[in-house]
Amino acid sequence: MTLAPLTLLGRMTLAFMTLVGSVTMFATQAVVQGFRPPYYRQQIVRQMLEIGYYSLPVVGLTAIFTGMVLALQSYTGFARFSAEAAIPQVVVVSLTRELGPVLAGLMVAGRVGAAMAAEIGTMRVTEQIDALTTLSTDPFRYLVAPRLIAAVLTLPLLVLVADLIGVLGGYLVAVYKLDFNDLTYLKNTIDYLQFDDVFSGVVKAAVFGFLIALMGCYQGYNSKGGAQGVGAATTAAVVSASILILTFNYFLTEAFFAR
Amino acid sequence: MNAALTKISLKGVRKSFGPKKVLDGIDVEVDAGQSLVIIGGSGSGKSVLLKCILGLLRPEAGSVRIDGEETVGINGTDRARVMKKFGMLFQGGALFDSLRVWQNVAFGPIQADGVPAPKAKEIALAKLGAVGLPPEVGELYPAELSGGMQKRVSLARAIAREPEIIFFDEPTTGLDPIMADVINDLIVKCVRDLGATAISITHDMASARKISDRVAMIYEGKLIWQGATAEIDQSNDPYVDQFIHGRAEGPIKMQVRKL
Ligand SMILES: Nc1ncnc2c1ncn2[C@@H]1O[C@H](COP(=O)(O)OP(=O)(O)OP(=O)(O)O)[C@@H](O)[C@H]1O
Ligand SMILES: [Mg+2]
Repeated sequence: MTLAPLTLLGRMTLAFMTLVGSVTMFATQAVVQGFRPPYYRQQIVRQMLEIGYYSLPVVGLTAIFTGMVLALQSYTGFARFSAEAAIPQVVVVSLTRELGPVLAGLMVAGRVGAAMAAEIGTMRVTEQIDALTTLSTDPFRYLVAPRLIAAVLTLPLLVLVADLIGVLGGYLVAVYKLDFNDLTYLKNTIDYLQFDDVFSGVVKAAVFGFLIALMGCYQGYNSKGGAQGVGAATTAAVVSASILILTFNYFLTEAFFAR
Repeated sequence: MNAALTKISLKGVRKSFGPKKVLDGIDVEVDAGQSLVIIGGSGSGKSVLLKCILGLLRPEAGSVRIDGEETVGINGTDRARVMKKFGMLFQGGALFDSLRVWQNVAFGPIQADGVPAPKAKEIALAKLGAVGLPPEVGELYPAELSGGMQKRVSLARAIAREPEIIFFDEPTTGLDPIMADVINDLIVKCVRDLGATAISITHDMASARKISDRVAMIYEGKLIWQGATAEIDQSNDPYVDQFIHGRAEGPIKMQVRKL
């Protein structure tokens, strides 16, 4: 065991490349299998409920407080050069383009990504995945594909809801605390909002949904050992999904920046 | 012997985990309709051998033929087609804990064979009855059952699709002596009535004598003895003698240190 910096750097690079390779292969297999029948509709519906409906409270709370804080903080800044009128636009653009998808993504990664890794990991270490195979059921089709499909479909809806609730939060603070006119606030919010603001957020949400489900399934599917292995898989799923969300967020933002 | 009747044929199967050689050149043939029991010490690789035949683990070397067809390295639809021939009772049960007991038993018929749910439930309840479980148990979840009940549900699931080849990994471990004998009878009946080919693993010599036509003993990665069940007492093999009489003294040394 040596700690020579170059050796360490080389080892880490190799480990990282191996990981990227195996995640990519896992994703490819999941997508290829997911498009082939049989489709497990019940599984997809169950996962959509789990990801969408049951995440509403968490995501709603995050959104409303974020909207409220946005209104307050941008007031602090904008009041210094008498630009308070821009607050409705700032709130809605920040939410739809950026904070809605990123915060919802991170919350769902913590809630759903962890649950997926724990469930699939437990199935792995108790041989339930082997049992699926012996019952002629492809685990990629039965376990992984429904989660990926459900996450990609559901996260955009969740983010649209988060956008609405966030705007409501900003509105409440602006009208009841900062003495904005309620109708003017709403009118400004809507008038300056562009289709691309919402659209780019929705695209981000779909990508984040894919990443969350992918990492949850990947870490769970490859977990080893007993309870400890499942615990490690759960942590790895949340951490890797969060990092990927933040990384992809930059590149998606750049892709939409020109528009 | 007639080659056409050979259901399962293994030649030179090797499997290691890291530096640890678990299977070190296994050769065995099982004829159609025959029941083979594998005996051997704990950790000698019996479960690994079954998983290699099923394709859940991939042997590093050797060939596994099912009905004359090479199955090492096959994937996708070919694997699924071969898998349809198998039923497997896992040592740990491997029941799906998110599904009710009857759904576990009906899983193969519903998901893999497309039997409609009501019909599959009937089949499931009949199989549960055969392993001595009343219909009420069908509505419970696996976590609500005792260890022995889980084992029997797992057995019911393994035989639900009336497979051509059935593997039983320690089917009677953890059962009371009476229920163990009921299960022995059931295994014999499956093999006779369905004409299935069976490989069972057991530490219980009474059960081994009852359910097998042939016995094979695994020791240090090799099958050191195989022969007809009736000949097992005249094997003149010191390893086999020590094992079937359960003596601590003999050529087989347990890796234990005196207290
Ligand atoms: N997935 C695995 N990874 C690493 N080692 C394994 C794995 N599965 C089995 N082994 C090792 O292979 C050896 C044989 O295991 P196996 O489960 O086949 O034993 P067994 O004969 O079924 O024992 P028992 O009668 O106790 O069930 C053991 O030493 C075990 O540590
Ligand atoms: Mg075993």
